[in-house]
Amino acid sequence: MKQETHRRLLPWPVAVTALLVSGCSPAHWPVLDPAGPVGLGERNLILVVIGLMLLVVIPVFVMTFWFAWRYRASNRQAVYAPDWSESRGLSLLFWLVPGIIVAGLGTIAWFSSHKLSPYEPIETDATPLTIQVVALDWKWLFIYPGQHIASVNRVVLPIGVPVDFRITSDTVMNAFFIPRLGGQIYAMAGMETQLHLLADRAGTYYGENTQYSGRGFPYQHFEVVALPKADFEAWVKTVRDRHHPLDTNSYARLARPSVRKAVAEYAPVKPRLFEDVINKYVHPGAATIGTTPR
Amino acid sequence: MFDHWLGKLTIHVIPYDNPIIMSAAAFMALVILLVLGALTFYGKWTWLWKGWLTSLDHKKIGSMYVILAMVMLLRGFVDAAMMRTQQAMAAGADPGYLPPHHFDQIFSAHGTIMIVFMAMPFLTGLINVVVPQQIGARDVAFPFMNAVSLWLTVAGAALILLSLVVGTFSRAGWTGYPPYSELQYNPGVGVDYWILPLVISGVGTTMTGINFIVTILRKRAPGMTLMRMPLFTWSALCTSVLMVLAFPALTVVTVLLGLDRYAGMHFFTNGQGGNMMNYANLFWIWGHPEVYILILPAFGVFSEVIATFSGKRLFGYRMMVYAVAVIALLSFTVWLHHFFTMGAGANVNAVFGIATMLIAIPTGVKVFHWLFTMYRGRIRFTAPMLFSVGFIPLFAIGGMTGVVLAEPPADFMMHNSEFLVAHFHNMLIPGALFGYLAGYMYWFPKAFGFTLNDRWGKIAFWNWLIGFLLAFMPLYMLGFMGMPRRMEHYGNPAWQPYLVVAAVGAVFIGFGILSLIVQLVVSIRARQKNRDLSGDPWNGRTLEWATASPPPPYNFAVLPVVTDVDAFAAMKQAGTAWQRPARYEAIVLPRNSGLAFVMGGLAFACGFAVIWHIWWAATATALGALAAVITRAWRDEQEYTLSAAEVQRLGDARFADLENALAAAVGQSETTGNQPVPQV
Repeated sequence: MKQETHRRLLPWPVAVTALLVSGCSPAHWPVLDPAGPVGLGERNLILVVIGLMLLVVIPVFVMTFWFAWRYRASNRQAVYAPDWSESRGLSLLFWLVPGIIVAGLGTIAWFSSHKLSPYEPIETDATPLTIQVVALDWKWLFIYPGQHIASVNRVVLPIGVPVDFRITSDTVMNAFFIPRLGGQIYAMAGMETQLHLLADRAGTYYGENTQYSGRGFPYQHFEVVALPKADFEAWVKTVRDRHHPLDTNSYARLARPSVRKAVAEYAPVKPRLFEDVINKYVHPGAATIGTTPR
Repeated sequence: MFDHWLGKLTIHVIPYDNPIIMSAAAFMALVILLVLGALTFYGKWTWLWKGWLTSLDHKKIGSMYVILAMVMLLRGFVDAAMMRTQQAMAAGADPGYLPPHHFDQIFSAHGTIMIVFMAMPFLTGLINVVVPQQIGARDVAFPFMNAVSLWLTVAGAALILLSLVVGTFSRAGWTGYPPYSELQYNPGVGVDYWILPLVISGVGTTMTGINFIVTILRKRAPGMTLMRMPLFTWSALCTSVLMVLAFPALTVVTVLLGLDRYAGMHFFTNGQGGNMMNYANLFWIWGHPEVYILILPAFGVFSEVIATFSGKRLFGYRMMVYAVAVIALLSFTVWLHHFFTMGAGANVNAVFGIATMLIAIPTGVKVFHWLFTMYRGRIRFTAPMLFSVGFIPLFAIGGMTGVVLAEPPADFMMHNSEFLVAHFHNMLIPGALFGYLAGYMYWFPKAFGFTLNDRWGKIAFWNWLIGFLLAFMPLYMLGFMGMPRRMEHYGNPAWQPYLVVAAVGAVFIGFGILSLIVQLVVSIRARQKNRDLSGDPWNGRTLEWATASPPPPYNFAVLPVVTDVDAFAAMKQAGTAWQRPARYEAIVLPRNSGLAFVMGGLAFACGFAVIWHIWWAATATALGALAAVITRAWRDEQEYTLSAAEVQRLGDARFADLENALAAAVGQSETTGNQPVPQV
């Protein structure tokens, strides 16, 4: 406890040291250190846009300081032209330069929006793996419909295989985000959104909800484990062998609000569980699972 | 319905077990008691009621708006400082000092207060004080409606302040997204404390918009064509148009959310046909134009301040007007960029992304034209000018990050992150608040008759600048580190150093605010020494500097004739400024009215009753407000006439002051360039 206080009293040295240390470690910069093609595309886009914008920003910086210094009132050497207020050439230039840059950025926006659309399947030879994601208070449920297994707060992926995430919410709106793999999308009750991602490096990544959703929001993150394909298959088999079913009752228990829910794995999973979660908001009569007030 | 006369209100809604809230409440109570005590001790109640609260004079209404903004700035800053402290502490095992339900109210209150109850009153106040004078008018088009707008805004602000002590505020963020803000997930009064102030003040803002559109279009002085209006007036016109078109969307969306909560409807609920996507669209159809409602008046201030202190005409006036109009138009075409991640298709996202980037073009045009206004000028670095020059590079950074966010796939990475928080603070602190502060220091002598201490103004600027950089540059970095916004606690220790730096930034901003307070106190104490006798302390270029400081209730005894964009500069050059009129005429002015104040009070009471489900009181106060409107409509004598002799007396006093100013200015004008040389 004492040490704790001591540390609080010394924010500056801690800050500086940690800045230096963390500055060297790519693990702390997930957005800049992608582990898959989608994240890579988005990272590169960010860098290109910043580069193009610097073409305007740097001249603005230079002119601000230069003009402010050069034309200060005390500098009587500088030209003073109080009535000079029009220049068609300059005005044209001021429309054209940002216009040309925006034309370039706009073109990039059009093509990158299509190429990196979350609905766009990733072009590879491998057969995609479908994972259904349900945002719950305050945890994430991952259902593998092809494998008939499910897990909570940990999603295991085979590397080199495109993953087709189908995402919904059984509570308020959440946002599903794995920074090192690529951009996020909202999870909304009664609706299904999609996200196509691919991990091409083995490793453990951080996944999170970025949309504030109440008391347990700060703890609503999950582990993303990217494994070689054989290891993935082995994991699926272990989960299956353990036989810990996810049916209507255990889902209802799981869906109750909880904070810092430990990782859990389920098999077999009630068929069409994901569709039922969506349907209870759309066709309440057709669903076989009830709502879970918190 | 009447089984409980106080609705949901009981003694237990007061959080007397929370020491932070109770000490804040005690502080608020102390301030209120001190003010009430001082008013009684100095016998100023009549002065307050007759001179201010019932006044329909646009300058006094404007000043009261700015005072409200300053008070709310303090509250909003305290919220910010508490959040920064919590986030600097709450890593790993350390829970910090704020419980989640308190932290969540704070970030919701901070956003709501800063945007709707700090920035909005600030810009509305500046527009009120300046625009009628700038267009050579004696008043706004609808003086009574103007006062109603003010008191509705005050009523909304008072409700939010009250939520600290009586009950709780919303935890749903300043955007109040359903379904989280629905009854199912937030059953208390918190969200209602967010809805009602927005509805009440939103109506006031819509009326302000109507008022200033009509004022600017109908009340300009002879000769002031649209293309001779000063840039601040142009931006006030564009902002007013945006207010009228955008604010009803906010009123509608909050009322619909209220119907969900109060009447069991299902506009935005999960299930039963409700859909929160409709909320997101409606909210941002207000929310994005709102950004430009906040920024355009600041752009107007920068245009005036940079031209004045560069001693030069504004460069490319026409282009500046076109740019501001294009921005206003485009502001309605980009709302979807606030939710690229909601899953719209690539075509939709790309179109809204490109529309967003298009705004960068006129904005770039404005930045370059400001720079070339300084080019070949003779720049006097007063405090307002520092805020304006400091704004330019900081705003360029914000523009750059804004364009990053406008690329939909880049937004997928940065949405909901601290990068986003850094971006919009980058737009709203240098982009809007620096402008308001520049405007406040620039026009303060016009409103109160004495200049503000420039040294403390400069100290305030440097603290704001350093504080802003320290507080928000680390947040950009945190976005790249994957930190979401609104984290009450976090597990990643690598984020902490950046958050500690950000907290240090908040300390500097605190010093900036403190400097503003010191500046005001020091200046009030030295008000005799700093009196602005000429009415033109900066060698101004536009018509508001032709009047006395402070101006008489009618602003202009004789309406000026405008021949140039820089109307007053042209008059000074032609030697026609400060001409004693051949004869004075009687002037008709609006009579004071306490009804607007009463309406604001009733709106406050009605809002409070609705929040706590006290239906008899809600009905009674609503009927009372209706009665006030009818009373006003039936009152015949709404105006009074100031006799020609009285106008002449005020005019003579003004010319005596001008002669004194002339005497004082001799020998000084060359060295500072601040003093005009009146030719009486």
